[in-house]
Amino acid sequence: MVTNITNLGRSGLSDWLIQRVSAVVLALYALFVVAYLLFHPNLDYATWSGLFAQTWMRIFSLLAFISMAAHAWVGLWTVSTDYLKHTGVRFGFQAVVILAIFVFLVWGVQVLWGA
Amino acid sequence: MSSLQVSVYRYNPETDSAPYMQEFQIDTQGRDLMVLNILTMIKDQDSSMAFRRSCREGVCGSDGMNMNGTNGLACITPLSGVVKDNKLVLRPLPGLPVMRDLVVDMGLFYKQYERMQPYLQNDTAEPAIERLQSPEERDKLDGLYECILCACCSTSCPSFWWNPDKFVGPAGLLQAYRFLADSRDNATQARLAELEDPFSLFRCRGIMNCVAVCPKGLNPTRAIGKIREMLLSNAT
Repeated sequence: MVTNITNLGRSGLSDWLIQRVSAVVLALYALFVVAYLLFHPNLDYATWSGLFAQTWMRIFSLLAFISMAAHAWVGLWTVSTDYLKHTGVRFGFQAVVILAIFVFLVWGVQVLWGA
Repeated sequence: MSSLQVSVYRYNPETDSAPYMQEFQIDTQGRDLMVLNILTMIKDQDSSMAFRRSCREGVCGSDGMNMNGTNGLACITPLSGVVKDNKLVLRPLPGLPVMRDLVVDMGLFYKQYERMQPYLQNDTAEPAIERLQSPEERDKLDGLYECILCACCSTSCPSFWWNPDKFVGPAGLLQAYRFLADSRDNATQARLAELEDPFSLFRCRGIMNCVAVCPKGLNPTRAIGKIREMLLSNAT
């Protein structure tokens, strides 16, 4: 039996599912943003700000941020357990990554609802 | 003169402080020999050369090695299939500890295989003669039971290189599915529970090196996908 306590879902299956679902959300969000930029070649601040003032866009963005946070944690946790063989270095790396993800997530919420 | 330039990984822990590559010139007389023939000819030149081989026809799985960068069985790999620019580089299977020359310690590989409990488990009462299987149920084992445990797949897998103590590897997972798919086995839940953590099965990233090198043409990636489907339908 292989044990683990620092991965996101405490289970390989749940991590795998979270990784797949969050990837779909991120793909949809990226496609939407690229398409939006293509359809608004002369984009100004008012239009861009107006897009993010709408509740559905804020929900969609927050969903994408949370997906990004989960996706990054599952992926970087995997990278750390592949390549960082020293426990102290690995745990330190994981702590820095989780802190960065937390900061970016809170900051993202502030950007979406702060203006 | 059709002389083949062969470079072989040499290491004898009793006398060498570090591994090195030794060059040999082998006269093939223009024949498309198997790589194992070349190794036998090298051993005629230098009897200290160590490698494993037994059946010399791709059944026993002893002579798995890395030939010009690709894992395979030396006995069924023709020179025409691997030699480039008249050069052949022979190395031991990557990722496993080298005991001597091309001989590796397969301990970790077997340990993961053993962990998959590769034998039929059934706690229901034994029938008078034998447990029967329909032809359709038997068909499900095709492409799974043929594995000869040569380790070409697992030692070509980076996930197995980095975590050979935790990731079961393609060979072990193919065998895990061979028993999960067997209608006569009913230890399904226990087998799935052993594979649910983030390492044992889920460290597979689907790069399919295993499929590319399997000398028996088997597909461990597909078996891993099937196990993942079983885990998913079991848990959602």
